Amino acid sequence: MSKVHWPLYEVFIRSKQGLSHRHVGSLHAADEQMALENARDAYTRRSEGCSIWVVKASEIIASQSEERGAFFDPAETKIYRHPTFYTIPDGIEHM
Amino acid sequence: MTYSPLTTYTLRLGDTCLVLAQRLTAWCGHAPELEIDLALANIGLDLLGQARNFLSYAAELQGAEFDEDKLAFGRDEREYRNVLLAEQPNGDFADTLMRQYLLDAWHVVLFERLALSRDAQLAAIAAKAIKEVRYHLRFSRGWLVRLGNGTEFSQQKMQHSLNKLWRFSGEMFEADELEIELAQLGIAVDPRTLRTTWEEEVFGTLLAATLVKPQEAQYRTGGKQGLHTEHLGPLLADMQYLQRAYPNQQW
Repeated sequence: MSKVHWPLYEVFIRSKQGLSHRHVGSLHAADEQMALENARDAYTRRSEGCSIWVVKASEIIASQSEERGAFFDPAETKIYRHPTFYTIPDGIEHM
Repeated sequence: MTYSPLTTYTLRLGDTCLVLAQRLTAWCGHAPELEIDLALANIGLDLLGQARNFLSYAAELQGAEFDEDKLAFGRDEREYRNVLLAEQPNGDFADTLMRQYLLDAWHVVLFERLALSRDAQLAAIAAKAIKEVRYHLRFSRGWLVRLGNGTEFSQQKMQHSLNKLWRFSGEMFEADELEIELAQLGIAVDPRTLRTTWEEEVFGTLLAATLVKPQEAQYRTGGKQGLHTEHLGPLLADMQYLQRAYPNQQW
């Protein structure tokens, strides 16, 4: 079998206590259904999650590392962009 | 060794899971793709768990000097009660897949009914197993349809595997006196009553996979009575090697 027809999929899992899906890894599959099954077998056998997303890797657009400066640095010096002046009341979870 | 009817029935269910699990382990590290390797190992482990549940119960029914290990590693082929389909060689991926699919479809309908058994322990084992076998069926059905609709070559291979294994499919719906009696008591599932539901599933999937149902009606049977094909002996020799070389060895 050749990997030509087996594109790469990225796998995101939402854990039972989690609020959002986290990227856990990738795998090869011939179609979306197989990707879901493979993800279940490879990444959720120890009850890590209750929801799986699979996305063809080719669908994902990543920020370029050479543009890192322009992308992320300008925010570093602007303290008014960071919510560091608030106190969080007790009992608020997932912050 | 003589077993009660209920023990024999439980062994038939457990042995089929155990022998199929043993077959699937042979794929470990040899499957066509990494992901398939993981999937087959997972299915094998599910079946091994089911086998342990059935064999532990059979040992309990049998009496104090028995346990699941003695039953798994201490019986030879004439005492094994699995259906013949489960012991067929892995062959290539198409053969394994077809064997898996025909058995998965049967396990789903069987365990759905067995979960209603008057025997609380059998019902509990079946209820736990049903979630697993539904997933197995999803996996094997998906692959059947995929390869049936794949290349001309993959379609031919699937058809060839189907033609080869079809003669072992009849045994799953054959009832002997023991099963009929236990079914009348509400303990066992009468295998004859499973055929229609199984055929609906299988014929529909074969159609979706562009495969032709074999016309052959010459079914091979005997596994449930301990009369096996030439394939089970070597499988058990491999599986039981350690207990045969060092009887009662524990670690």
